[in-house]
Amino acid sequence: MSGDAAIITFDHVDKFYGDFHALKDISISVREGERMVVCGPSGSGKSTLIRCINGLEFHNSGVLTVDGVEVYEDSKEIYRLRQEVGMVFQQFNLFPHLTVLENLTIGPIKVRKVSPSEAEATARKYLERVRIPEQADKYPAALSGGQQQRVAIARSLCMESRIMLFDEPTSALDPEMINEVLDVMVELADTGMTMVVVTHEMGFARKVADTMVFMDGGEIVETAPPERFFTNPASARCRAFLDQILDH
Amino acid sequence: MLNKLKKLHWLDWLVLAVVLGFFAYIWWKIEGTLNYNWRWHLIPNYIFRYHTGREEWFANVLMQGLITTIRISIYASILAVILGTILGIARCAKNLTVRMLARTYLEFLRNIPPVVVIFIFFFFLSQQLITALNIESWAREIARSDNKAVWEFFFGDMRRFPSLISGVIVLALFESAFVGEIVRAGIQSVDKGQREGARSIGMNRYQEMRYIVLPQAMTKVLPPMANQFITLIKDSAIISLISVQELTFKTVELVASTRLIFEAWITTAAFYFVICFGLSMLFRRLENRNR
Repeated sequence: MSGDAAIITFDHVDKFYGDFHALKDISISVREGERMVVCGPSGSGKSTLIRCINGLEFHNSGVLTVDGVEVYEDSKEIYRLRQEVGMVFQQFNLFPHLTVLENLTIGPIKVRKVSPSEAEATARKYLERVRIPEQADKYPAALSGGQQQRVAIARSLCMESRIMLFDEPTSALDPEMINEVLDVMVELADTGMTMVVVTHEMGFARKVADTMVFMDGGEIVETAPPERFFTNPASARCRAFLDQILDH
Repeated sequence: MLNKLKKLHWLDWLVLAVVLGFFAYIWWKIEGTLNYNWRWHLIPNYIFRYHTGREEWFANVLMQGLITTIRISIYASILAVILGTILGIARCAKNLTVRMLARTYLEFLRNIPPVVVIFIFFFFLSQQLITALNIESWAREIARSDNKAVWEFFFGDMRRFPSLISGVIVLALFESAFVGEIVRAGIQSVDKGQREGARSIGMNRYQEMRYIVLPQAMTKVLPPMANQFITLIKDSAIISLISVQELTFKTVELVASTRLIFEAWITTAAFYFVICFGLSMLFRRLENRNR
């Protein structure tokens, strides 16, 4: 696959929750190595969009292809696909009954069938990278929110995923911890990882995004490179949203 | 203790007096009307007895019954936890048929009196199983062999093994439904995010259950599980109806042959109470320590 090839493609994708039309005719693609930041008011479908990519939710019509594999319910490929697609959640979702180190190694050992010693070496490498190597033997509950979220990022990295999804990674954090997580994400972006990030952190978006996407009411309203997106958005809805969140 | 006594209101004393009065009345009825002849001194002999021929102490009927009750309770609990866990997982399964089967089993057990359930399980299941697996002759074989010490330590008199096993099976099947409900509640109490976290690193449904959900669910349900174990010990009295030689059955026999009605039943009640209350205190202490 060349650097320009699309690694995630939504082709006229629709998603319903009962009668609620959560995603409306979404067509968009992400290139390998691209950093896409998705923003929009709450309930606009941005979380649903990102959760469809690794099959935590399944779309109802249209075609969604990730890393050459079509995503649909009951697909046999879905488990293999999820190994390639890491995900970081708003609520961290670390495993509270396992230590930090075990949180990082359980995936590689049980899913990727990597040897325990190799998995531990990888885990320590990534803990170093997210700057909390000294917390390896603690349980998640003993860590601050920012540290937990960094462990969660390391957990995804340990799976050696090629795509990383971030679903509002800083929304549940106390303000003083947001930057330590964003710093790690910026570093990750610098390594050329394909990233799809749902966030309200516009400073971060400006710094790393290749593409900005604005969603509202289940639709993609605007797709633009950040310089144009922040200075001269085409749609009025997007402009109104940006005014609201950038104003103070 | 004294401080607590001082806190009692005069109404409390009245209530206590009424309760005491009630027991005194029962006592008076038994003593006066029934003309019951208390023979408490005979009871110790039915717990432990000195064998004059072999010159050693041995466990007599009540103690034998108690030991059988303990054995059955332990084995039935282990089996019930295994079956109950499977049942609990089945109750949360994605597959509708599996879920319905588990639900049906549970509803049957919930809505049929325990005694009836025990008989049905006994005649339809455990009897058939014992015949099919030829357990009867196998156990007799061991009973006759020389190295039966280990077997007897775990299962008692091997000639009674089939009856013990059907007791265990029947009791375990009966309790598994309730263990299953506890496990289901535990599984459902695990946050949805945990499953998503597991899935996001590529775990399949089995791995997600085995490594992420079940360990957390089981820790959460330890206290109700311990309570269920105590309930099982009490419920084990029912299997005396299918002639398993446990404490209640032995007591019935003892009463029939000696007419020590009150002494024997009070002793048996005390045995159950000491074990169940003791375990309950123990579990409470363990729980507090873990908190």
